[in-house]
Amino acid sequence: MRRLSGFNVVSLTLGFTFLYLPMVILVIYSFNESKLVTVWAGFSTKWYGELMRNEAFLDAALVTLKVAVMTSTLATILGTCAAYVLVRIHRFPGRTLFAGMTYAPLVMPDVILGLSLLLLFIGIGLDRGVLTIVLAHTTFAMCYVSVVVTSRLVAFDESLEEAALDLGATQWETFRLITLPIIAPAVISGWLLSFTLSLDDLVIASFTAGPSSTTLPMKIFSAVRLGVSPEINALSTIMIALVTVGVITASLMSKSAAIRKAKDEKAAARA
Amino acid sequence: MPQTVFAPWDDPAEKPLIQFKGVTKRFGDFTAIDNIDLDIYAREFFALLGPSGCGKTTLMRMLAGFETPTEGKILLSGQDIGPVPPNQRAVNMMFQSYALFPHLTIWDNIAFGLRREGRDKAAIEARVEEMLKLTRLAKFAKRKPHQISGGQRQRVALARSLAKAPKLLLLDEPLGALDRKLREETQFELMDIQEKTGTTFVIVTHDQEEAMTVASRVAVMDEGKLMQVSTPDAIYEAPSSVYVADFIGDVNIIEGKAHQTGTKLQIDWAEGQPALSATTTKNFDLGQTCYMAIRPEKIAISADRPSGANVLQGEILDIAYLGNISTYHVKLPTGHVIKAQQANTRRISRREFTWEDKVWISWTDTAAVVLAQ
Repeated sequence: MRRLSGFNVVSLTLGFTFLYLPMVILVIYSFNESKLVTVWAGFSTKWYGELMRNEAFLDAALVTLKVAVMTSTLATILGTCAAYVLVRIHRFPGRTLFAGMTYAPLVMPDVILGLSLLLLFIGIGLDRGVLTIVLAHTTFAMCYVSVVVTSRLVAFDESLEEAALDLGATQWETFRLITLPIIAPAVISGWLLSFTLSLDDLVIASFTAGPSSTTLPMKIFSAVRLGVSPEINALSTIMIALVTVGVITASLMSKSAAIRKAKDEKAAARA
Repeated sequence: MPQTVFAPWDDPAEKPLIQFKGVTKRFGDFTAIDNIDLDIYAREFFALLGPSGCGKTTLMRMLAGFETPTEGKILLSGQDIGPVPPNQRAVNMMFQSYALFPHLTIWDNIAFGLRREGRDKAAIEARVEEMLKLTRLAKFAKRKPHQISGGQRQRVALARSLAKAPKLLLLDEPLGALDRKLREETQFELMDIQEKTGTTFVIVTHDQEEAMTVASRVAVMDEGKLMQVSTPDAIYEAPSSVYVADFIGDVNIIEGKAHQTGTKLQIDWAEGQPALSATTTKNFDLGQTCYMAIRPEKIAISADRPSGANVLQGEILDIAYLGNISTYHVKLPTGHVIKAQQANTRRISRREFTWEDKVWISWTDTAAVVLAQ
């Protein structure tokens, strides 16, 4: 293994500073006693308390969570279906076009996506609210799910499905009992990914939200326009903590599973 | 007590279990299977042998139901199985990769097919235990596939595919992933299990030794065609073509012009050399090009000139020492190199011949097979 040279240490520091300095500052100031965001006046957790009493924020948080859960569930189902067909069915008319079209919203600017969805909802006379945000978020989140699940399905040994069919399972049983459990890690990470994507989307939500369905990012954005308050720092810190815990848990889970598997395989080879 | 020889293919009253009738399979422009007719009988251990890409796997996948014939019919017990999907066929397959379900225990892997039939719990349990016992896996029942060795995985795959007691078991290169020693042991185990269960086995392999060891009959395939279908000894001793002779084992092929009188055949094979003689039941025209195929172990090698039908002198070019036998490459004055094999009945230090020795090689007139193509 190569040791850390001076150059490597500097590169590492620069990179990480660039990535995390803003967040560190935000976290530190969320514990600031003073109401002024840029002046440090001692440690306090009072803004967290304030936050808990702010009903507008709590309402927005609830809407956001509702939207995120519904979006990620819907996107996971649709994205997995799309990935399954695109990987398993090697030839059908328009396959290349379909594959390209599934990924297009990944690179489409949010503004355009938001605007076109808004026009659609107005066109079909759908009242804007939680439902329209969910539909809009699902539209782009399912592309991410489909990418994640596709990569897992490509590595999947197709003879497992053939073996299940050969042993008398129907197509649906094969998917439910064999394919799904094996690609489950990808499906779960697709779910988590769409959850976070929905959680922090501002642009598309702004286009498709109705009066009673303000999401947290929208609330924060409008609040910040009136000036940054320590309350918002506190809120952001909570969100960072949640995401961090989630990511670390997920990576620890997959890592320990991989280690256990490697150990078992070694033991089996010796036996 | 006279033993009855298992040879349903010679019995005209016997009905085949599987019949291929003019089966052709094309993938786009590529013809994988070219108009094949083939009968396989119940309780047979049938081997499909050929180089990779010869169509043997496609033939097997058509039996399993994963491919449908472009033309022709496949009958199982007299019924056309073309429209029957794989999950409704009384055919099970053991996959080359074993295809064990990684998230299920060995027990659940074996029970998978039984559960799909909706049998009751006690019956499933009894059958799984029986399979575990048959394949000596009882103590691994609770493990996952990645927690057992390659040889054990192979046995799980076999147990799983046998659990539903299929009419026909397909084995796709079942021993390909095992090392040589384990492979040889497993071959005998497979034969044993086949006999015990009375299931018809069709095995796909590119390993001719494996096919010869396990099979009651072997089909040699090349480019989507059946070159010869026969018992292992007939394939080896009486190949129908140069391709088959060359594919199975080691062989010397000498090309010449035929000169036949009754069953005796004289072959003019090189100028200034006496004709080689052989016997044959086939008919060759005068001067027709023919090929004499002679196995190395049927050629004797000696220092003094022996008497016999075919005697030639040459010089030892190379010796391949394999422990139990040695193969001598003898170069004739005509430029032909003939391989002759001898068992090493004496230790190597006492070997009679060495490089560049002048030796005589000889074989009888019944040792060789004469082929027209």
